[in-house]
Amino acid sequence: MAQLTAPAATSVTPVPREPKLDFGQRDGGVLLLGLAGDWKLRAGLPTPKDVAKRLEGAGSARRVAFDATQLGAWDSGLLAFLVGVQDLCKTRNIPIDPAGLPEGARRLLKLATAVPERAGARRTAERPDFLTLVGNESLALWRSGGQMLEFLGEALGSFGRMLVGRARFRRSDLMDIIFECGAAALPIVTLISFLVGLILAFVGAVQLQQFGAQIYVANLVGIAMAREMGALMTAIIMSGRTGAAFAAQLGTMQVNEEIDALTTFGLSSMEFLVLPRMLALILMMPLLCVYADLMGILGGAIVGVGMMGLSVPEYVHQTVNGVGLADFAVGIAKSSVFGVLVAVAGCLRGIQCGRSASAVGLAATSAVVTGIVFIIVTDGIFAVLTNVLGI
Amino acid sequence: MADTPEAHITVRNLDMAYGTFVIQHDLNFTIRHGDIFIIMGGSGCGKSTLLKHLVGLMAPARGEVLFGKQDLWKAAPDEQERLMRRFGILYQSGALWSSMTLAENVALPLGEFTDLGRAEIEEVASLKLALVGLAGFEDFYPSEISGGMRKRAGLARAMALDPEILFFDEPSAGLDPISSRMLDDLILELRDSLGATIAVVTHELASIFAIGNNSVFLDADTKTMIAQGDPKQLRDHCPDPKVRNFLSRGALGEEAAGAKA
Repeated sequence: MAQLTAPAATSVTPVPREPKLDFGQRDGGVLLLGLAGDWKLRAGLPTPKDVAKRLEGAGSARRVAFDATQLGAWDSGLLAFLVGVQDLCKTRNIPIDPAGLPEGARRLLKLATAVPERAGARRTAERPDFLTLVGNESLALWRSGGQMLEFLGEALGSFGRMLVGRARFRRSDLMDIIFECGAAALPIVTLISFLVGLILAFVGAVQLQQFGAQIYVANLVGIAMAREMGALMTAIIMSGRTGAAFAAQLGTMQVNEEIDALTTFGLSSMEFLVLPRMLALILMMPLLCVYADLMGILGGAIVGVGMMGLSVPEYVHQTVNGVGLADFAVGIAKSSVFGVLVAVAGCLRGIQCGRSASAVGLAATSAVVTGIVFIIVTDGIFAVLTNVLGI
Repeated sequence: MADTPEAHITVRNLDMAYGTFVIQHDLNFTIRHGDIFIIMGGSGCGKSTLLKHLVGLMAPARGEVLFGKQDLWKAAPDEQERLMRRFGILYQSGALWSSMTLAENVALPLGEFTDLGRAEIEEVASLKLALVGLAGFEDFYPSEISGGMRKRAGLARAMALDPEILFFDEPSAGLDPISSRMLDDLILELRDSLGATIAVVTHELASIFAIGNNSVFLDADTKTMIAQGDPKQLRDHCPDPKVRNFLSRGALGEEAAGAKA
């Protein structure tokens, strides 16, 4: 069928003709616009500007008329031109005579101008100057800082209500979220922390081998994982994985009016949605952190044993001696705090989400960015604190 | 008009605004016990925003919203929560909690605000779903059912706590004529059987005349209400041609609408 119709169709289609606009003059100061050729929507069509130039040049035109006898096929390209010409004539108070236009174009032109523009509806694209921009941005930053603190305060308040047993949320939600951000995160945490341990060992090995001190790779990897990398890597993974998911979930609920529905039932979104998420991360992050520590140490051991000729008991012994309980405690404490931060960043951005699909995307992105900034800044504070306290 | 004994919701001198952008100003109307009150007007005139003010989702820029004698926005938070629990809302898209099954959606408010046991809650949830014609769909998730069914499930949830006031945001939007007719019948049935007061935001003329016995007409151009009363009366006798034109589906033509402008 297709083979039969295709050649037929091409043979019927006339060769497209160039759209042309020429100007004629008629008695009584009538400017005649001659439309010829095919006026299909594409670049290079004559524009109303050409007409404007002509009107300025002629000066004496008292009426605009059309001659469409040579006009071939046309679509919105012609219509846009006509609307432009019409606006042009209106501002110059020149009456327009659409009689020469094709019937369809006349009707569409009438339709396009049937409903007058609503006053004040059009957004005026006013460009604020540089200082205004800076000012607006600074105010927005200040406000968002305030909102963040307010949110954190409310979240802690709901946490307090939970401790005295007065918070309302579904235990089954909590279990689901715990699974989602605990067990379900194990594969990615395994991979990343194993590789981080491996990389640390490689970097250390090259340096330490120069002094024949390769046994200290065990200390390096053990301490780095336990104090820093275990907590930090888990937090960053969870921020990208779970923080973004929280923001997207709550954002979609905002778009669907689901959060409104909670509010009007007198259920606080803070207790019902934010609290279980925060709680799940506070509980799961330390566990994931310990797991990540062990995975990292395993990664280090594989380099130590496989490449530097250390024996397994030797490596284990060195690690046990080198890494103290305090190192693990610092990492675990940090990971709990990171858990709160990831949950707060995700939920905050989700609750603040606007009511469109792109707003959900923005919320997820901004949850990850906010989460990672929070994590790194807090980690810096921890580093200073532990140093001052001598832990 | 204002303080008739049977007034259920009274709106006084209400201004609504997003920031400095005023949507509607000087709204004054009363919803009586047992009314089916229609909030109507052209697109973008602030009907849904008015609903948000009535149900406590948006604070008024000025004026008050009274339930009986109580001002929703001046009440203490606890009191406000208790007031809000006295009404049920059907949102435009249903707004079912998407992570829960239909039965769980209906059961959630029951579990939180009543002292019923688990088995009783399940029973009540099934009953409410059966009332809206969704018996057997207890274990479906909102994403697995059609838009019309989602709306009906939303209604079942709104009725969960046997509210005395039911709000509907565009109940017939996106429904086929038969489903929309069935929803209208259901609304009438609810009013008659539960004695509930019902407020409906809609611009569906068929529904307006089928169920409404009182209404307010919001106008986008003047940014205030330009008519109130029984929609059938308004259609035939409202002095404002804009309202008559709206209620007769534009049959009066452009001249009538333009006469005011």
